[in-house]
Formats: sequence, C-alpha cells, structure tokens
Amino acid sequence: MNAPVTPLLSVHDVAKYYGGRIGCTDVSFDLYPGEVMGIVGESGSGKSTLLNCLAGHLTPDQGEVLFDTRDDGLRDTLTMSEPERRMLSRTDWAFVHQHARDGLRMSVSAGGNVGERLMAVGARRYDDIRAKAIDWLDRVEISEDRVDDRPSAFSGGMQQRLQIARNLVTGPRLVFMDEPTGGLDVSVQARLLDLLRGLVREMGLSAIIVTHDLAVVRLLADRLMVMKSGRVVEAGLTDQVLDDPQHAYTQLLVSSVLQV
Amino acid sequence: MSDYNFAYLDEQTKRMIRRAILKGIAIPGYQVPFASREMPMPYGWGTGGVQVSAACLTPDDSFKVIDQGADDTTNAVSIRKFFEHTAGVATTEHTVDATVIQTRHRIPEEPLTEDQILVYQVPIPEPLRFLEPRETETRKMHALEEYGLMHVKLYEDIARHGNIATAYAYPVKVEDRYVMDPSPIPKFDNPKLEMAAIQLFGAGREQRIYAIPPYTKVVSLDFEDHPFDPSKADHPCDLCGAEHTYLDEVIIDDEGGRMFVCSDTDYCSKRQADGHRGRLSPIEEAAE
Repeated sequence: MNAPVTPLLSVHDVAKYYGGRIGCTDVSFDLYPGEVMGIVGESGSGKSTLLNCLAGHLTPDQGEVLFDTRDDGLRDTLTMSEPERRMLSRTDWAFVHQHARDGLRMSVSAGGNVGERLMAVGARRYDDIRAKAIDWLDRVEISEDRVDDRPSAFSGGMQQRLQIARNLVTGPRLVFMDEPTGGLDVSVQARLLDLLRGLVREMGLSAIIVTHDLAVVRLLADRLMVMKSGRVVEAGLTDQVLDDPQHAYTQLLVSSVLQV
Repeated sequence: MSDYNFAYLDEQTKRMIRRAILKGIAIPGYQVPFASREMPMPYGWGTGGVQVSAACLTPDDSFKVIDQGADDTTNAVSIRKFFEHTAGVATTEHTVDATVIQTRHRIPEEPLTEDQILVYQVPIPEPLRFLEPRETETRKMHALEEYGLMHVKLYEDIARHGNIATAYAYPVKVEDRYVMDPSPIPKFDNPKLEMAAIQLFGAGREQRIYAIPPYTKVVSLDFEDHPFDPSKADHPCDLCGAEHTYLDEVIIDDEGGRMFVCSDTDYCSKRQADGHRGRLSPIEEAAE
C-alpha cells in the first residue's frame, strides 16, 4: 500500500467503553476506494460496536474516523456537525441492518422505501423516482409488479434485498453491513451473496462487512480483521488469514467451520 | 359575568400562553411547547384552541366559533357559550364582525382582515407523526430540515390512488423553512393560508402552539409532475348558487338524492340574503 491514494476511510485508535467494560479498543485501519473489509469474531467481540462507531450511530470515547468527503477531502466524522453527518449517512454512506425490519419502513410500499433516499436529497419528480425505484428493484431481483406491495408481504430474503436496494439507490461510496445474511436460510444466503458481490464489483463500492460467517468474508472481502474481546487480534488479506491463521483464536475460528 | 377570572384561565397561565404565541409568530410554523392546562372539556373538543383564544381575548372583542364551517353545531355552540359565560365577550356568527375566530376544520370563505385573529383547534400538530413515531426523531428532522419523508407520504398516495389522495391536513411549508400540519382543514382551504389575519394553532393534548403571521408564504407540498390541486366538489351550492366555495354533500332521501351546500353557513346565508339562489332554494312568491 505505498501508492499515493487517499484512503476512503481512515480509522485511528478508536475505542468505545461501556462503563468499565471494553466495547472495542485500539482499532486502527485504512479502507481504500473499491475495497471490501470484513470484520469477523464471535458474538461479544465488539464488531458491531465498532461498526456502529464508524457509522456514527455510537460516539466512540476516543480516536478519530476520517472520511474522504467529496467536497473537503478527509474529515473527521466525529467532530463534524450533526447535519453534515446525517447528510453523509443518506448520500455517501449506506447501512444494511441485520434485520431488514430495522432498515425498512414496513408500512410504506417497496417503491416508497427505495424512493425515500432520493426524495431526501431533493428528487421531486414522481415519474423519475418511480422509474428509478423499479430499476433498483429489478437489480436486486424483485419483479416490477411488487413495487406497490409493502415489505410485510415480502419474504425475509426479499426484505433483505429491498433493504439493499433502498440503501444503494443514491450511489453511496461506503456501505456498512451488519450481518447482512444473518437469519436467512443457506440457499437464500447464497443468492444474496452472489447479488452483493455483483453490486460491489459493478459499482466499485467500498464496504465494511461485520459477520460471524466465514463463508461471507471469503466470498466478499478483500481484507479481514479478526476481533476478540474488543481488540483486533489479526488482520490481513482474506485468503491469507483464512488459509494460514497465525493467532490462536483465528485458528480456532477457522477450524470451527464444519466441512460438509 | 361570573366568579371566573376573565376568560376562565388565570393571568399567569394566559401570560405563559402569550409567550408561546409570540415565539410561534417569531418562528413561523415552528411548534412551540407550552404547559397546556386541563380544560373543562374533553381532549379533542378544542382544548388547545380554547386556551389560545382565552389568551387572546380582551373584553372588547367579538368572538365567533366555527365547527366544520358551521356556527350552530355542538362544538361551536358549546365553546361560544363557554366564553359568553366566563369572559362575557360579545359573540357573533358573522365573519366580518368577529375579531377573534376559533375554528375547527375550515377557514371562512370571507377573506379575513388584518384586524382579525384566526385560532385553529389542532388534534395532531406533528405532520411527520404517522411516518416517524419517535418525537425525538421528528424534532431532529424539523431542526435539520429533513423533510424527504413528507414526500414519501405523497409518493404512497400516488402509487396507491393515482393522485395525491390526501384531502385534508395537507402538509405545507411555511416561509421556506418549517413543514407544518395546517390542522384538518380541507386542502381546498390551503391557498387561503396566505392571508392578512394572524393565524394561531393550538393543540391541547399535544401541548403545542404554532402560528402563521400575516402575509407569510405558505406552500403546499407536491411533486413537479403531480402539482397541488385544491379540489372541491364539482357543483354549485344548492342554496346560494356559489361556485367558488367548499361544499358539504348532504344525502336527502334513500333514492340517491343529494344536495351540495356551502359548508360555511354564515357565508351561505349572507349570499342568500343578498338574493342569490341555488337549485333547491325554496320557491318564492312573486312580488306583488
């Protein structure tokens, strides 16, 4: 990494404590444009805390999170004013929740869900919004005639795909994903991963994916961080870490996967 | 007169409400919290409007109450009596004679003047409420001017009904800043929100007061390809023949018979007194 490229996201020494307990600590990394970073670890290892700190949902107790904004270059999102941060989170950022229900408006039709971000950044032509919504539903393999159905009428896999469409419609540069395949059965997971991989490559997205599923990072992530007890214990290229784990915990993690 | 303090509320309470009103006028469309009092009527009957009226009334005022356009329905009669009893102010049914008008669901057809105050009763002051249930979040959205969600509601209308089906409580943007719920007036009345009179909105249960000062810009939200349309029933009034007023539809028999009459009763009777006639006006005897 000696090319003079500005990182899209640069994280320095981020720490978050819950009272005396460690949420996550000593986390530093750079994410470059077009790169997908996986964060794995068992539950309670601090990976969701870290993701929420990065995405601005939680305020870390120390450290800085620099994002390469379109206008001003690298800026610390933690010291940014709230309007700026919220503007980022509905334009350049996207957040895919583990449970689609957390990320969707269940009482609003699929089209309205996808269109919300467009309207939030000022789209005021109904026909354009609708055409774009239909286009995005098509890209996540939801047929056009479902555009006016509410998400409550969708299956779990479809809801998750709808959530992804809703997030990607404004062409974000950085996507945070919290266990995007959790709670889905394996065949649906496979299709979703396939779709995600296509979208990430096609749009040149950068993404940070939190998961405990090693198959997900193997398929999607370029680089990998392994977390345990709030600390990063190992980091490196995905294949390298998974094929030649150095840290005892990573070895345990890799060997715990059932080989069918 | 009676043993009540003038206009029922004590002076400190009226002072507190007046401060909220002044703040509301200073920030058009902003919902000012106030310590709403328990009133001798149930929530939903205009407790917010009554408190605002009480804070505005002076002994010289002439007071009018409108309920769905009419002066003679329960809500209008009881609130008018309430202030006759507790404030001893003059009351009137004529829009032009009133200085303070409390209204529910309508703006009078007669254009109001700079000498008048229009007080609205508001059930739910938050226009974003049904889209975003969290009050903390809606306040933040107002503060940061994040109003995309309001258009999601209009989008849903078009997707489901082919046009913007919201017919009352149609959201407006006040002075290019705050999105506001104009209380459940028909959208036909929305263009009249830009007027010469002071408009005050009181929500008793929700403890909010907001205001539109005179001659303030009020724009109804819409899409470029689905512009705002202040629609009305496509009929003239059957009693006074007016073609430019908001009409109530009244079923008059069980054979599909119906009539359309002005919802503003004062305006309609005034027109009839001026000699205007509609389809179902009583047949008059020829002049001698």
